[in-house]
Amino acid sequence: MSFINYSAREINFKIVYYGPGLCGKTTNLEHIYKVSKPEAKGKMVSLATETERTLFFDFLPLDLGEIRGFKTRFHLYTVPGQVFYDASRKLILRGVDGVCFVADSQDARMDANLESLENLRHNLEDQGFNLDELPYVIQFNKRDMPEIVSVEELSAQLNPTRVPEFEAVAIEGPGVFETLKGLARQVIKKQRGS
Amino acid sequence: MMNPQLALYDEELSEIREVADRLHQDSRARTILIVDKNGQLIGSSGVDAELDTTSLSSLVAGNVAATGGIAKLIEEEEFTGQYHEGKEISVHMTIVARRIILVVLFDKNTTQGLVRLRVKKANEALTAIFDALAAKPRTQEEDVFKEITDEDIDNLFGP
Repeated sequence: MSFINYSAREINFKIVYYGPGLCGKTTNLEHIYKVSKPEAKGKMVSLATETERTLFFDFLPLDLGEIRGFKTRFHLYTVPGQVFYDASRKLILRGVDGVCFVADSQDARMDANLESLENLRHNLEDQGFNLDELPYVIQFNKRDMPEIVSVEELSAQLNPTRVPEFEAVAIEGPGVFETLKGLARQVIKKQRGS
Repeated sequence: MMNPQLALYDEELSEIREVADRLHQDSRARTILIVDKNGQLIGSSGVDAELDTTSLSSLVAGNVAATGGIAKLIEEEEFTGQYHEGKEISVHMTIVARRIILVVLFDKNTTQGLVRLRVKKANEALTAIFDALAAKPRTQEEDVFKEITDEDIDNLFGP
């Protein structure tokens, strides 16, 4: 949950990127890190295996600027996507303010997307959250790959509740900031109480 | 819902800082960090300019969360303390009031025994502060966020 420091006039939010293994969660954070101004970002921390698969989480602190004299700071986390790291995924969802589900657009990964989305819903419930009440967006990543599922089909299968959805090619950048902005907007609106 | 929003005001923050400063001095430790279980830094004492407290807070919270996960698996309620021994610097972590992590970084200027003793005292003081905070009614200051307009939010992201 967000942390408001009235003394320092800043508010901190926690955002989690969720999705199946190799869908591009870490790549989203890497792009944000690469493009953000030095004064807006902290160090990116990656707890990864020797083969650069996320083992526990990636973490990137990001300042988005001020609203009415309050610094808004977002702590971006990714979860490990591989199925057997479920216990770690649950822990990272603690205290979350907003979730981005990164779907892999490739045809062959559709089952993995569905399984991961079901897992997200279940793990949020374990932490006392309901996905339908949380700020939440979906990103359809890897739109540059061959043999991808159409956006309409992805939307129909993965986004029945019609939350904001974004197409992306995270490795090159398109769609990454649009996704983050879409989610940050919802998170701040929720803080406002609407 | 678990972990309701944490809001801190000048009064509590200065009390927390006082506890951190006292612990820093009495334990002869290098650095004291007071971190929310979600990884947000709340207060500190004795921080060097080069210490990346944001990353450290996030990793400490991850560490405590993982250890909490282990506790749950073996049906232990919670491991309230952790200690990592290094060649030069060691780290002592304690959970306070179930939602705060008190972190002490110390070197050979002190001993683990002294750190533990002083942490116990600081733990009591911090528990009182956070218990009082939990019981405190929300003030009108929070209305700041109610006044935020869609335009304010859009301006945050530029044109």
